[in-house]
Amino acid sequence: MSSLPILSLTLFIPILGAIVIMCMPADRHKPIKYVAAISTLLSLLLSLWTMINYNLTIGGMQFVERIPWIADLGVNYALGVDGISLPLLLLTNLIGFSAVYASWHTAVRVKEYFALLLILITGVMGTFITTDLFIFFLFYEVVVIPIYLLVIMFGSSKRVTKEYAGMKLTIYLLIGSAFLLVGLIALFIKAQGILGFPSMDIATLAQVNYPVGFQIFAYALMAFGFGTLLSMFPFHAWSPDGYAGAPTAVSMIHAGVLKKIGGYGLIRIGLFILPVGAKVIAPIIAVLAIGNVVYAAFICLSQKDLKYIVGYSSVSHMGYVLIGIAALNVISINGAVMMMFAHGVMAALFFAMIGNLYEKSHTRNISDFGGLAHQMPRLAFGFMLAGLVSLGLPGTVNFIGEFTIFVGAFGVYRVISIIAITGIILTALYILRTLGDILFGPRLEKWDHLQDLKGPEMVPLVVLGSAILIGGILPFTVMDFINSGVGQLLSHIASIQIGGIF
Amino acid sequence: MQNILASSWVIPFLPFMAFALIGLFLYRWPKLSAAVSILAIGSSLVYSVLVAMAVFSKGPGVFEIAARWLNMPGLQVDMGLLIDPLTAVMLLVVTIVALLVQVYSIGYMHDDPGFASYFAYQSIFAGSMLGLVISNNFGQIFVFWELVGLSSYLLIGFWFGRHSAREAAKKAFITNRVGDFGFLLGILFLQIIFGTLNFSDLSGAIASYTNTAVLITVSLLLLLGPVGKSAQFPLHVWLPDAMEGPTPVSALIHAATMVAAGVYLIARAFFIFNTSPETMMVIAVLGGFTALFAASIALVQNDIKRILAYSTLSQLGYMIMALGVGAMTAGMFHLMTHAFFKSLLFLGAGSVIHALANEQDIWKMGGLHKKMPITTWTFVIGALALSGIPPLSGFWSKDEILLGTFASGHMGLYILGSLVAFMTAFYMFRLIFVAFFGENQAGEHAHESPAVMTVPLIILAVLAVFAGFVGSPLMNYAFAHYITYPGAVHHTPSMTIMLISSALAVSGIFLAWAVYQKQWLDYEELKIKMGGIYLLLYNKYYIDEFYAWLIKHFIDGTARLMEWFDLKVVNGAVNGLAWLTGYLGLNLRYTEDGQVQTYAIYIYAGMVVLIISALCAVFTAIA
Repeated sequence: MSSLPILSLTLFIPILGAIVIMCMPADRHKPIKYVAAISTLLSLLLSLWTMINYNLTIGGMQFVERIPWIADLGVNYALGVDGISLPLLLLTNLIGFSAVYASWHTAVRVKEYFALLLILITGVMGTFITTDLFIFFLFYEVVVIPIYLLVIMFGSSKRVTKEYAGMKLTIYLLIGSAFLLVGLIALFIKAQGILGFPSMDIATLAQVNYPVGFQIFAYALMAFGFGTLLSMFPFHAWSPDGYAGAPTAVSMIHAGVLKKIGGYGLIRIGLFILPVGAKVIAPIIAVLAIGNVVYAAFICLSQKDLKYIVGYSSVSHMGYVLIGIAALNVISINGAVMMMFAHGVMAALFFAMIGNLYEKSHTRNISDFGGLAHQMPRLAFGFMLAGLVSLGLPGTVNFIGEFTIFVGAFGVYRVISIIAITGIILTALYILRTLGDILFGPRLEKWDHLQDLKGPEMVPLVVLGSAILIGGILPFTVMDFINSGVGQLLSHIASIQIGGIF
Repeated sequence: MQNILASSWVIPFLPFMAFALIGLFLYRWPKLSAAVSILAIGSSLVYSVLVAMAVFSKGPGVFEIAARWLNMPGLQVDMGLLIDPLTAVMLLVVTIVALLVQVYSIGYMHDDPGFASYFAYQSIFAGSMLGLVISNNFGQIFVFWELVGLSSYLLIGFWFGRHSAREAAKKAFITNRVGDFGFLLGILFLQIIFGTLNFSDLSGAIASYTNTAVLITVSLLLLLGPVGKSAQFPLHVWLPDAMEGPTPVSALIHAATMVAAGVYLIARAFFIFNTSPETMMVIAVLGGFTALFAASIALVQNDIKRILAYSTLSQLGYMIMALGVGAMTAGMFHLMTHAFFKSLLFLGAGSVIHALANEQDIWKMGGLHKKMPITTWTFVIGALALSGIPPLSGFWSKDEILLGTFASGHMGLYILGSLVAFMTAFYMFRLIFVAFFGENQAGEHAHESPAVMTVPLIILAVLAVFAGFVGSPLMNYAFAHYITYPGAVHHTPSMTIMLISSALAVSGIFLAWAVYQKQWLDYEELKIKMGGIYLLLYNKYYIDEFYAWLIKHFIDGTARLMEWFDLKVVNGAVNGLAWLTGYLGLNLRYTEDGQVQTYAIYIYAGMVVLIISALCAVFTAIA
């Protein structure tokens, strides 16, 4: 194994980039953008390197780093990746890198924008690669500040003002994290009582056999906290407004990866540490997930703003993730993690395309557009690709996630699964309607001045598009990692559970 | 021999490569793109011939290999090859028609600005269709099933600037999605019950499975896939609209190959359907009904492509009916012959449309036979084959279906099938007499299409004439020898059935000749006399209108209701909570007025409360 702290490097290069940017003169736009691009590219390459060098035959946490930090609380600065966190780490960096290019035309407060963006990327990344609960929570809170600032400074006001959107986003995040905090503290104290020493190490906490009542209580808190973050119905209201108000890059990162912290937390912390609690609460999550899948898909049908469609559609897709998590078996959870990855690249691509179109046309109303494929074939390709991924077309990565979730959940929640699968029809309906309306049909002369994607604008399409197709055509490239991680996590649970609840 | 079979994955792979090459690099050079695409499908054809030779030389047997694709404990989806006679026939049919259509398209699409992307789409279609054909499991077949749907979407909407093309493409995809929803559920049931999706494993497992209720459910769910893809009632609505695509596309995808995928799926998974008589009955009745229903619409349509489209629906119904009565061989046989003569008819129609500057109304054609002899006579051959005139290919396959239906004791379906045969002959020759021989001389300025278009027509005409012999007594039913299933009975042909069906076909042609050529009967007057029925048929039984109404009121209505709920109730609750917080803050702030006296009252009140509660506690403790 490498002696270089490879994960720390991956994690802190964007922060380093942010510091460099802060020291640069504010009017040097181009160099600032280059610094942001280079630092995210380096992180992306490092995470690819990590993935390639991860030993799948051994599995488990690798590239582990551990520095004692607050001994009295058992807090370590501890990093490590396994099969679940690796795809999400890669996802963060794919989207981070693309997000920089999606905001290439930013012209005001460039310095602040890119510095905040880089901090945001580090914050998200940190939650996925730490193995310490305290550090996890720390990074989670780090994320909130740049998000708020980016939305109110660079956002756009349509149906709701950007201030409202930013505030809503932040308050929801904070309410979620408040419940989470209560849960974490309770967990810590309970575990200390049983273990006899303080620990914030997730794996150590997972060794403890908590009383059933406590597990239910703590998992319920986490289900609310993480569920809110994952836009679980009916706590999803932040998502469409938030994405609509946020600038492109923030929508990309938020819908693409930040949201996935919720799903990741439910699996890595909730299920891993509190399996019995997860078992008890799971049916509730599964029922609420229908609210996500079907209800949000219906709402998409009546939206008029492109960003709201993707916003609600992301709520809808998260329903599949929730069902996967709630079904509690290897297949379904594999599917849930795959779906998080898949939805991440898809949503980011969608938002990148919308952002690009909005930047040029200054509108996001579907009724304003028509026949854009005449003027902007590449953009149309990007939209179609994102749309086809969204409706779960085989050959794209989303299908792998959906299909695996369906297989995993079908044996557990028959009726819920069938209702959820109707989502594939509704999704096709709203996606094809929307894309048909904006991209195809007679050429509209008023959009003749729009320039097609070119140069740096192509980067998100190429990067995210490649991920979509590679993951879809060769699913084992991603799924083998996920399966190794999820398999070990579940077998660990099975090994410590007495009475064979699983 | 084994080497050829083991490497037959190149058959779908080559067109996919052509698609990738054109999409990424070659799209700037249209002619090169077309060449690459045709080279790929040509090579696939050659390879398919080799595979077919290998398969038919060693007799009925199965060759199967697979590579792992999506794999985890409890779920395994492979990408595999399953080569048996059924596969070999399908490979030949698809590659032959695809190659001819692509060559024809060089002429048909020659001045289209999207020439390169047209060939890219053709390639992805060919690759997906061939991938579907060689699938060895349900997971794989579903993947390619959706991909042919995608190529169909892309090609129907090829002229995306047209409003109608855009809507038709969307309709096709979504209607198919409804079918695929059931198909997917069926696949999930199979996975959950049997733990495998592999055809061979499943056929073993199902043979010993006894829960008939489950089998009926699963097979009916699976059937929804073919109902969508092969455009059976009530999911047939997309296929006539799909004629918005370029005509060669209609010939290849919406007549010969993709729409037959549903039929192929039922044949491939016959071991499931065949286990439940109830499902077989549903299949047979559904197919028979669609055959009649579509034929009745075809009687009165005026658009040359729509007539052919309804005819396709009707013939697909025929095939499905054959499968439903257990005559799987006959169904597949008809699939093959139909692929040849129907693509011939569509390409012929394309040749006419091309010559008449995109005119598709048969009443605005007429007299074409003088200027376009090759198109006319190949079209007539195709129509004769479709009508089931001996000894053309359609005669043999249609006869097998009628025979199978009759012999299996479905008297009602047999009569229905014969009636459809009569109607088919009538509407096809109505088209021919009006468009090719009618007195209207719209054909004055028409000219015969270039060789690149007529040569495929001639080749297909030859196939339409002779392809039927492989399943005829003349070649000792070679087709039935290979394409069959365990327990199938091949009935000895009955001269009576042959004579009846031929007589019906001839009388259908005669009636068309009498009405539209000789005009012994005034069809305009007939139209008025039959007003109500005519309108009902002409408007396709108003099913499209009904669906549009359903979507508008139920789907979009629900959507608006949900949106209202989200804005008013969910967001209302959130904003209400925020307002409440603000309101409390606004009012409670007066309690913090900065005056010492106020605070003194709070302290005093607090002390009183504490003392009283302490006293209460003490007293209750004593008591």
